Amino acid sequence: MFASFMTNAWISGTIVALLAGAVGFFVVLRGASFAAHAIPNGAFAGAAGAYLVGISPLVGLVSFAVLAALGIGVSSRRTRNDVATALSLVAMLALGAAFLAVNLLYEPTINALLFGEILGVSSSQILPVIVLGVVSVIVLAWFYRPLLFTSVAPELARARGIATTTVDVAFLVVVALATALTVPVVGALLTFSLMIGPPAAARILVSRPGWAVAGSIGLSVVTVWASIAASYLFNLPIGFFVGALGAVLYLGARVVARRRATHPAT
Amino acid sequence: MSVHDTTGPLLEARGVNVSVDGRDILRDVNFSINHGEFTGLIGSNGAGKTTLFRVILGIQEHAVGEVLVHGEPLARANRSLGYVPQKVLFDPDLPIRARDLVALGADGHRYGLRRRPRALHEAVEEMLDAVDASAFADRRVGGLSGGEQQRVLIAHSLISRPELLLLDEPLANLDPGSVQEIIALLHRVSKRQRVAILLSAHEMNPLLPVMDRIVYVANGHVASGTTDEVVRPNVLSALYGHHVDVLRVHGRVLVVATALPVGPPPSDEHPEFVVE
Ligand SMILES: Nc1ncnc2c1ncn2[C@@H]1O[C@H](COP(=O)(O)OP(=O)(O)OP(=O)(O)O)[C@@H](O)[C@H]1O
Ligand SMILES: [Mg+2]
Repeated sequence: MFASFMTNAWISGTIVALLAGAVGFFVVLRGASFAAHAIPNGAFAGAAGAYLVGISPLVGLVSFAVLAALGIGVSSRRTRNDVATALSLVAMLALGAAFLAVNLLYEPTINALLFGEILGVSSSQILPVIVLGVVSVIVLAWFYRPLLFTSVAPELARARGIATTTVDVAFLVVVALATALTVPVVGALLTFSLMIGPPAAARILVSRPGWAVAGSIGLSVVTVWASIAASYLFNLPIGFFVGALGAVLYLGARVVARRRATHPAT
Repeated sequence: MSVHDTTGPLLEARGVNVSVDGRDILRDVNFSINHGEFTGLIGSNGAGKTTLFRVILGIQEHAVGEVLVHGEPLARANRSLGYVPQKVLFDPDLPIRARDLVALGADGHRYGLRRRPRALHEAVEEMLDAVDASAFADRRVGGLSGGEQQRVLIAHSLISRPELLLLDEPLANLDPGSVQEIIALLHRVSKRQRVAILLSAHEMNPLLPVMDRIVYVANGHVASGTTDEVVRPNVLSALYGHHVDVLRVHGRVLVVATALPVGPPPSDEHPEFVVE
């Protein structure tokens, strides 16, 4: 599994894990799980569209994910956030279905987009993945405190003069970038689980915000590495392992937290 | 620490009107708040207390009129105001300890990922100590009781060294003992740090010992002044639009409508036979 044709899988998998762990922490904190579910579906439609017109799927992934994020961000100012998210999700899924019907894509390609493929990132795409990943992490680090503040107590943040709407939209765009990078590796249907499982477990186990982010990133990297290895060994889609491990981590954290609460000394 | 003069009032509201969907919520509201003073904002449910806070913060829509701080129009991100909203809900799983929330009051608006200076950690300790919250500083805010959260929120808003602290019903949902504790704490902090306080409440009685001035809201109108100037039958009757009496019994003030209303139950705009 460490053969040279797997190099891209390990590199892109690690970048994706770092990013998803950091972004996912805020997704969970803000209760934006539904958006994290909707945006990958938009990205999926984008990839299908990219195959249709014959451009790089990464371009389709990024542009549609950002479009979905902006759609959610802008329309949630007018209606309730979950309704706006649901409408964006449905529109994107419909578009994806239409693209696939026109396109008659080769079935394994569709499967890879939906459930992930360890060899999903080609050599020509590895550089854009690194660049976008690094940019997203820098942006996230740059507005870490205002983002944390608006996630924890939006009213207090607004009173402190933070432009919370700008922070909200900027964050959704970062979610979109992270999604676009994650979908080719983990798959559109299960990208969501990588952004939710490890952060949800980390925030139960650790009570300091900075360490909880670090814990989330750590668990996310472990999840992805284990999933790549398992996917290689058992020849099952990587998304399956990511989803299963995410759920196990979360349940494990709940059990640990409960034992801590009942036996505070240990 | 202010470069502004401290001779005039700290905050002045002039001719503030708020109407939403054609309904007047506040009409021609005028009052001022002085440096270092404790002002009670008293009014029943729906009187417009929260609305008035939002006007002062510059985040209320459909508001006309002027709010001046140091005689100048309020900039949106005005650092001289601290604010604790009426409802702040924290998820128990939130990985934010009391001390983290206090620290966010100091640097939560800063972009960039700098290490927190030692001075900031010291300021956090000092604030936690000032509100008697050191004992639970390392617990998650979501797991604290209402009164404990209230203390942490006060520390959070004090750490930016505001000149005016706006507290929207910080005493609601507290038992009488905690009410006394929080009031004593606010009084102490306000004198020590020379910060003015505007605190909203339904009940004026617990505030009587510490209140320098009162802003009384009813019927969309406001009467303001010292307690003795405002809590009088003629002033409050004019405010409510019908006759009320002010009774003082055992050091408590009761505002009572003179005649028991007959017919349908009293609406929000009119006091029931005992308001205070
Ligand atoms: N967004 C809004 N749209 C329409 N009406 C509103 C809005 N916000 C407040 N109001 C109305 O304005 C009036 C004043 O509300 P406000 O929240 O300021 O009262 P309050 O004095 O804070 O009451 P409470 O003691 O219950 O907190 C109420 O009648 C309320 O229904
Ligand atoms: Mg209110």
